[in-house]
Amino acid sequence: MGRTLAEKVWDDHVVRRAEGEPDLLYIDLHLLHEVTSPQAFDGLRKNGRTVRRLDLTIATEDHNTPTLDIDKPIADPVSRAQLETLRKNCAEFGVRLHPLGDVEQGVVHVVGPQLGLTQPGTTVVCGDSHTSTHGAFGALAFGIGTSQVEHVLATQTLPMVRPRTMAITVEGELPDGVTAKDLILAIIAKIGTGGGQGYVLEYRGSAIEKLSMEARMTICNMSIEAGARAGMIAPDETTFEYLKGRPHAPEGADWDAAVAYWRTLRTDEDAVFDAEVVIRADELSPFVTWGTNPGQGAPLSASVPDPASYEDASERFAAEKALEYMGLEAGQPLRSIEVDTVFVGSCTNGRIEDLRAAADILRERKVADGVRMLVVPGSARVGLQAVSEGLDVVFKEAGAEWRHAGCSMCLGMNPDQLAPGERSASTSNRNFEGRQGKGGRTHLVSPQVAAATAVLGHLASPADLTDATAAPAGV
Amino acid sequence: MEAFTTHTGRAVPLRRSNVDTDQIIPAHWLKKVTRDGFEDGLFEAWRKDPEFVLNRPERQGATVLVAGPDFGTGSSREHAVWALQNYGFKAVISARFADIFRGNSLKNGLLTVVLDQETVDALWELTEADPTVEVTVDLEAREVRAGDVTAAFELDENARWRLLNGLDDISLTLRNEADIAGYEAGRPGYKPRTLPV
Ligand code: SF4
Repeated sequence: MGRTLAEKVWDDHVVRRAEGEPDLLYIDLHLLHEVTSPQAFDGLRKNGRTVRRLDLTIATEDHNTPTLDIDKPIADPVSRAQLETLRKNCAEFGVRLHPLGDVEQGVVHVVGPQLGLTQPGTTVVCGDSHTSTHGAFGALAFGIGTSQVEHVLATQTLPMVRPRTMAITVEGELPDGVTAKDLILAIIAKIGTGGGQGYVLEYRGSAIEKLSMEARMTICNMSIEAGARAGMIAPDETTFEYLKGRPHAPEGADWDAAVAYWRTLRTDEDAVFDAEVVIRADELSPFVTWGTNPGQGAPLSASVPDPASYEDASERFAAEKALEYMGLEAGQPLRSIEVDTVFVGSCTNGRIEDLRAAADILRERKVADGVRMLVVPGSARVGLQAVSEGLDVVFKEAGAEWRHAGCSMCLGMNPDQLAPGERSASTSNRNFEGRQGKGGRTHLVSPQVAAATAVLGHLASPADLTDATAAPAGV
Repeated sequence: MEAFTTHTGRAVPLRRSNVDTDQIIPAHWLKKVTRDGFEDGLFEAWRKDPEFVLNRPERQGATVLVAGPDFGTGSSREHAVWALQNYGFKAVISARFADIFRGNSLKNGLLTVVLDQETVDALWELTEADPTVEVTVDLEAREVRAGDVTAAFELDENARWRLLNGLDDISLTLRNEADIAGYEAGRPGYKPRTLPV
């Protein structure tokens, strides 16, 4: 019987297999950041252990880093101490680190791909659940806890139970104005936040094949929001083209050997998935969340659902709680929801294509009065690229704040937070209670919807702009 | 890791589904660089409400958390497990756990027990009606017992063996050093490296 993509990559990394035990899996790339590593380094020190493969390990600073005044000392002493701990640990153990201010600094899941370190057929781990992002390259990539971070540092392996596989086949073509973010939000709403649990998802089908690498990363990024630890997309010409010439991509004969291997990384015709979901791309429209988990979403054209319409008691209760927290009424059109803040950034939508999409909409337009808009590039390099294209000017002229790279308002560990009761349209991946600041209310959206929302002051798609705004340029 | 064989204690019925890791321990607590001192951050937002079940006097000293489905969704933060343990919980019961949370908890000796929702409902009713009821989580017998509720649970044999003996994964893996070195010798040269060779 044939094998799926996930099974092929898995099999190629089994160091040891024994009856009744998890497989021992080799890890090709280990990404570190300041939040989930200090206790792991402590563990190594306590047991007199070293980092087994410094050449497969890399660290950056992202979660705590400020996005303003980055040349000044960090104001919050606790954040500063955590960053200093990472710097000390990396110096002591010899780990390559890209600290704040470095040109390669940024959100760990933006940095890996942009350096060309994330490659097809590799295993990638990081103490962060959105490691699933790297699956866009046909890598098997998953988030791990701090004990596992320590385990990988010490052994470059992980004992893992083989996951099941789920195919998510998306056929057809995404309509104009419908993005990868809308697609993944719709997928999560369909299968639920627990729907992917225990599975590696493989996104496939004609709609997926047409996506750019960055859009594929947006999709795989949010696999964890469907409960799956990993999501993958088979590598193809789009993948190879993206990788070619990146700093850590193979060269010469190595490139040819690598591509030959990468071409084998496709699910065999006769392979069988443990589960399968089919989505029609043509039927999709811009999608936003109304609740407090990423599965609580609906098309922008819809209304806030009535909790009473849920059959399942715990879903009904969750919806009631969510509406209460979000300060929304059942039946209220989603388009009528006014926001205070718009956040464009994160490892979901903080790459150059996302910034271009948002800038295209803001060009010659203004952010609505009373709305604060933050644009935070996913990495310092993305920021530089945006500046070289003049996107920063577009944002600033529209009245948005252009910031330095980092996780920023995605999780509000740095000063970029929502105040209690404040409402945001955010291109990030989690709308949990308090995620963007205590009492903050989050609506997950695409960069396009974020930009249109910023202009109109309420949840909106770019299509709403044509008639609604008498844009100065007559757009 | 501390070994887990069997534990008996009073319970906290937490009638909520999709309790994500941001609820268990909010992000600002993640700046700490130790494994302890997270107890005050546990369910921090909800604990502001004096009626929140954890705040009720009759729940003080309880050690078994009985939660709704999809407990521990969201981030990979192991701090969620440490916060539960620092607070005093020894076991969490739910109809479904998020994968990463479950892996993290088992690595730290916090037993996560999967029971069907009907049994969870029965445990909620039982412990709400009488907060003094004790719940026994017996890993040797793979059984939860409380009042007239007895329910078997599954846990894979390897994880159970490690928990029962309190074994540390890294030492176990390092026994297979030769296999790891052997695998490394055969890795293709085109695989990415973070450092110049
Ligand atoms: S951008 Fe958000 S989701 Fe991504 S790594 Fe940072 S905090 Fe996590």
